[in-house]
Amino acid sequence: METFYEVMRRQGITRRSFMKFCSLTATSLGLGPAFVPQIASAMENKPRTPVLWLHGLECTCCSESFIRSAHPLAKDVVLSMISLDYDDTLMAAAGHQAEAILEEIMTKYKGNYILAVEGNPPLNQDGMSCIIGGRPFIDQLRHVAKDAKAIISWGSCASWGCVQAAKPNPTRATPVHKVITDKPIIKVPGCPPIAEVMTGVITYMLTFDRIPELDRQGRPKMFYSQRIHDKCYRRPHFDAGQFVESWDDEGARKGYCLYKVGCKGPTSYNACSTVQWNEGTSFPIKAGHGCIGCSEDGFWDKGSFYDRLTDIHQFGIEANADRVGATAAGAVGAAVVAHAAASALKRAADSRKASETTDA
Amino acid sequence: MGYETQGFKLDDSGRRIVVDPVTRIEGHMRCEVNVDENNVIRNAVSTGTMWRGLEVILKGRDPRDAWAFVERICGVCTGCHALTSVRAVEDALGIEIPKNAHLIRDIMAKVLQVHDHAVHFYHLHALDWVDVVSALKADPKATSDLQHLVSPSHPMSSPGYFRDIQNRLKKFVESGQLGPFMNGYWGNKAYVLPPEANLMAVTHYLEALDLQKEWVKIHTIFGGKNPHPNYLVGGVPCAINIDGDGAAGAPINMERLNFVKARIDEIIEFNKNVYIPDVLAIGTIYKAHGWLYGGGISGTEVLDYGTYEKVSYDHSTQQLPGGAIINGNWDEIHEVDPRDPEQVQEFVAHSWYQYADENRGLHPWDGVTEPNYVLGAKAKGTRTNIEQIDESAKYSWIKSPRWRGHAMEVGPLARYILSYSHALKGHKYCQRVKEQVDYSAMMINSGIPKALALPETQYTVKQLLPTTIGRTLARALESQYCGEMMLDDWHELVDNIRNGDRSTANVDKWDPRTWPKECKGVGTVAAPRGGLGHWIRIKDGRIENYQCVVPTTWNGSPRDTKGQIGAFEASLMNTPMANPEEPVEILRTLHSFDPCLACSTHVMSPDGQELSRVKVR
Repeated sequence: METFYEVMRRQGITRRSFMKFCSLTATSLGLGPAFVPQIASAMENKPRTPVLWLHGLECTCCSESFIRSAHPLAKDVVLSMISLDYDDTLMAAAGHQAEAILEEIMTKYKGNYILAVEGNPPLNQDGMSCIIGGRPFIDQLRHVAKDAKAIISWGSCASWGCVQAAKPNPTRATPVHKVITDKPIIKVPGCPPIAEVMTGVITYMLTFDRIPELDRQGRPKMFYSQRIHDKCYRRPHFDAGQFVESWDDEGARKGYCLYKVGCKGPTSYNACSTVQWNEGTSFPIKAGHGCIGCSEDGFWDKGSFYDRLTDIHQFGIEANADRVGATAAGAVGAAVVAHAAASALKRAADSRKASETTDA
Repeated sequence: MGYETQGFKLDDSGRRIVVDPVTRIEGHMRCEVNVDENNVIRNAVSTGTMWRGLEVILKGRDPRDAWAFVERICGVCTGCHALTSVRAVEDALGIEIPKNAHLIRDIMAKVLQVHDHAVHFYHLHALDWVDVVSALKADPKATSDLQHLVSPSHPMSSPGYFRDIQNRLKKFVESGQLGPFMNGYWGNKAYVLPPEANLMAVTHYLEALDLQKEWVKIHTIFGGKNPHPNYLVGGVPCAINIDGDGAAGAPINMERLNFVKARIDEIIEFNKNVYIPDVLAIGTIYKAHGWLYGGGISGTEVLDYGTYEKVSYDHSTQQLPGGAIINGNWDEIHEVDPRDPEQVQEFVAHSWYQYADENRGLHPWDGVTEPNYVLGAKAKGTRTNIEQIDESAKYSWIKSPRWRGHAMEVGPLARYILSYSHALKGHKYCQRVKEQVDYSAMMINSGIPKALALPETQYTVKQLLPTTIGRTLARALESQYCGEMMLDDWHELVDNIRNGDRSTANVDKWDPRTWPKECKGVGTVAAPRGGLGHWIRIKDGRIENYQCVVPTTWNGSPRDTKGQIGAFEASLMNTPMANPEEPVEILRTLHSFDPCLACSTHVMSPDGQELSRVKVR
């Protein structure tokens, strides 16, 4: 079976460029230079792991995001890194020829294929509000999960339930971990997740032949251990008490903090302010709209996207996802208002000190 | 058992073929057909096989949040539901948005058209026309010649380039792990392209995959991310700061505008050098083989709401003007009014929902939806293991919208037939459509046949357009046109900013305390798959009810009380299959609509009654 390296070489890519690619991969995964040879070796020697990508109730935004990946390119992932043997959005076959693939791969690669799930199974209507091959999607999901090595829950649908599970959840759409309980599940939430986060998770698993380190909620720590707010380029304006008060005001034009118009960056764990979107082009806050918290469990039912947060953790970046997850929702920290006011006061005090120094 | 409707003779006596899942679409769908002894399709049944209930979920929410919920109806046509929603809310509240916001929204809508159309053609639809395995037999030199012939200015065209791609494909196939190409219908007689055309198309499959991620960066600039960029009731969230204090950290500054312009230029190049020539070449070769099937009702019944005003809020300046054509009379274009209770109505006689009186259709402002999953008496299998659908009973999660009682086709082809007809009547804002259509007809009838030594059979526009090929061609032409209009929009945006207008949002009615106690509105958008409408009622600052009638609901609709078939079902009628075991022709024609099933299936419960558990019949 061909390896990623062979394919790159065949395309006239030099060893030097290949090593550069490995080092870029290491960087994008947040790994040090020591990991470069390990990545190179994996890419040179491993055959392609079969991936069966199932779709339940969803909107296909995860697949769309996936094909936006710039490093590695989606075409290189699909042609050279994994073997995407079933994905009803992209596959050539349909009907029983498509269904036959599942059986073939499950038999041939028993215990050695990855199951990727986009969307979730509905349980109302006997599961028949999502039908695949005449049968409920939940049957297909359980069947394919049985012999999978690991499961990736793509996006907020598979991870948490997302929009169709928002109140009153008419189809009883249910996240994957609530129906499959005997397999390792990697949740990659977001609506959708960032493209390079998706391919980063896959690349990590192929390279190191293990699942990434996960937090208590099952998310890879490498991409979900920090809040958007912690690394936001507008954070200095928050600390300075400079806010957008209404849309298109002077603050909005100067790139002030969006907290007062509802930004959920302070409570959302994701890589938007670090990795950014679409090859690092921008992210929601940079484009002027607050974060709506799309990678968080139940974000649809936490009030309007334009309501100011009142229950976020006080100060800084010291609390991680584990600790927030471990604390009862109502008891999380003090109000951000206090946080903002304290930051502004601190700044005022500092500048007073500074001016005193100058005066002296 | 059979009957006649809309000029089609339905006959379900022949062998039944089931395709479930229909792949390479958004969402989940099933299709069943009956073929006669010559393997010609004589009955077609299309079933939407998913339902998510978003409109129930919207009830009682803040109307300013609605765009984000409905945006998640579909991540493929990402943003078009959000745009429709903010328009519906603004219509209800009487908000007019600033010119800059209008232009930015229009640029975003057109980026979506280009992206969605190209990804559809290359990554969802191409494998219905292109035999990947045959590409291995192509001569790279001859492929390069073909590329020069159909698209002289495309820079990536050397024999070495095609050889490299072919080698990569060869190794991929030799690895024995065929990935998405596994169990494809390679070698089926329904594929008629020569190996060189197949290699050229496979190469562009990969080129388009690399490029599409660049185009959507325009959404990332204006909306912060893609898929699912952000929108705002009253305008756009991206404030403009060209040369002031803090411009570098502002959403829109000179660098960001230049970034957008660079992507627009790339889009225009791709359409000109790759997408249009590919579709014309493939269309010509299939036409030479007599494959002009799949028209369905597109030559007789088409609808769109009209879009792309050159002057904000002036419908007479639409660059893709809408209307309805019925009974095949292209000379008469009826006005479509989404507010008129007699025009757009939805029926559920054959859908898995229930009405008090199922003989009546309901206008979206007054719509009712309650799930009712039941199978007909003649269905085969069980309730949770359907072997065969009974189309005489309820058989789909899609409702049946009708315009003044007519089943209508919507989509790029409908828009192009409408705009072509408007242009013939002298409409001055859509003459480009006529130019594109006439050029394409000339190329397909003579230009390309001459170059490729194929017969120069002449067909009129009215014969060429209402076909599966025409549907695919109209989508490519719309992509090209959108690229060109986008460039105009960009220049206009820069001009407007130069003239001192930096405004991007109207916040006069942002505060719900300024709203009337009760109001209702409608928003329409030319979504990539066709005319899209959202209807909203607002009461006491909250959504009282919300209804979407989406393109695939029109096209994929099951039968209505009169037994009329929808556009999908009609389009499959009378198509011969090379091998009924392999549904290449079914997929080709269904895909030509670019079905979006997550969009098409929805529900609403306006009086807030508890959704009942469904009963087994």
